[in-house]
Amino acid sequence: MTKQHPAWSPYDNNGGTCVAIAGADYCVTAADTRMSTGYSILSRDYSKIIKLADKCVMASSGFQADVKALQKLLAARHLIYQHQHNKQMSCPAMGQLLSNTLYYKRFFPYYSFNVLGGLDNEGKGCVYTYDAVGSYERVGYSSQGSGSTLIMPFLDNQLKSPSPLLLPAQDAVTPLSEAEAVDLVKTCFASATERDIYTASFFLFPPSLPLCDGIFGDKLEIVVLNKDGIHREYMELRKD
Amino acid sequence: MSNSAIDVPSRGGFSFDLCRRNDMLAKKGVNLPSFRKTGTTIVGLIFQDGVILGADTRATEGPIVCDKNCEKIHYMAPNIYCCGAGTAADTEAVTDMVSSQLQLHRYHTGRESRVVTALTLLKKHLFNYQGYVQAALVLGGVDCTGPHLHTIYPHGSTDTLPFATMGSGSLAAMAMFESKYKEGLTKDEGIQLVVDAICSGIFNDLGSGSNVDVCVITKGHKEYLRNHLLPNPRTFVNAKGYSFPKKTEVLLTKITPLRERVEVVEGGDAMEE
Repeated sequence: MTKQHPAWSPYDNNGGTCVAIAGADYCVTAADTRMSTGYSILSRDYSKIIKLADKCVMASSGFQADVKALQKLLAARHLIYQHQHNKQMSCPAMGQLLSNTLYYKRFFPYYSFNVLGGLDNEGKGCVYTYDAVGSYERVGYSSQGSGSTLIMPFLDNQLKSPSPLLLPAQDAVTPLSEAEAVDLVKTCFASATERDIYTASFFLFPPSLPLCDGIFGDKLEIVVLNKDGIHREYMELRKD
Repeated sequence: MSNSAIDVPSRGGFSFDLCRRNDMLAKKGVNLPSFRKTGTTIVGLIFQDGVILGADTRATEGPIVCDKNCEKIHYMAPNIYCCGAGTAADTEAVTDMVSSQLQLHRYHTGRESRVVTALTLLKKHLFNYQGYVQAALVLGGVDCTGPHLHTIYPHGSTDTLPFATMGSGSLAAMAMFESKYKEGLTKDEGIQLVVDAICSGIFNDLGSGSNVDVCVITKGHKEYLRNHLLPNPRTFVNAKGYSFPKKTEVLLTKITPLRERVEVVEGGDAMEE
């Protein structure tokens, strides 16, 4: 019998890169806003970051149709939680819920690569990083998506965290200040997007150029969570 | 038994002697390495005084940009240039080969090369290799019979056109040509249209990016405008910079000399004259 090839795949890869960094009293979560398929751009202004709870955001790359379905399911589960407990879900709880939700579809996975950023019950920054089927870990920083192979070694070099096996347990949060962490994230995207075609790199466009300044979008979206609440900022992005 | 068929030295061309082995390996799941592709936008048009060629400068290997500023407009003859899309090695090799043949032909005839000569040599080579030489070309030049613009597909078929595009960004670029091209453009209008077409590829096709190269060829004159437009500069640099302090510590240094396998004896037999 000849080998059967699937004529159609239920999955697509829409590219994109996500980064999250946890600090002592803040968490920076960032993603580019380009959605693409193959060599085509589907959207230059598609947000990959969603707020799941007051102190919890999720950035997701991969297949955005699956991501949408996953976000919808998590939102519904969070609403039920609020009705039952009369409070917002904490970030560690949401981390466990996301893992369970992903593993529930172990044999027909959501094709999504997530990082969860937020503040834990003590107000410390926390980052959870996942694979597509729910394996997860609390870390000090993480990157997922098409540019992650370029960004992760740089973060490892700059923010080397202690081994999670050390006893007594060491704090995984980075020693950087919030402003330094935001700058680090900007550098990550500026560098990764020079070399990854699926990530739109960010920079302020020279307004004198024809064609280019008419293009809207291709931004870096940065969400910062700290004790003052949630704060979003955008950087104009490279468009090629 | 004679095995002369094996011993005869090769007389140029490609070597296919590993194809059977590679087929066998592929069946066992060992696949060939990836090639560097110029997922590309290349264009050309005819204007009132000659031909203008244009190209972007991104070379990719899968999703990774491996060259941010490569040259895709290749020299064929003083009056002929050729834009290449496809596998970078193929476009480079095929244009080099043909430009060398054209040079020899000029030495032989003492006349300027014609664009059709280059076209025939290119299509003959590509047709021979049934599309396996992955070069998609836009050939342009001005000779004694006037300006010419051709496209050549990897299988060897050719077109003769007033304006042409090739590569993964060809649709984006052709959209600009179809909406704005007209006969008898001036040089400045022509360059602007070529730049617009390349920019359309750069911004809308992920395989194309970085800068715009332009080459203007007129009767007895050419202008190669390398990096004519740089629409994608890097602007964010962290003011503080970064340091990479952690080195791998050297704990121990020990050198073990290799055991000599061959002993060299001084004053052996003298070499024959």
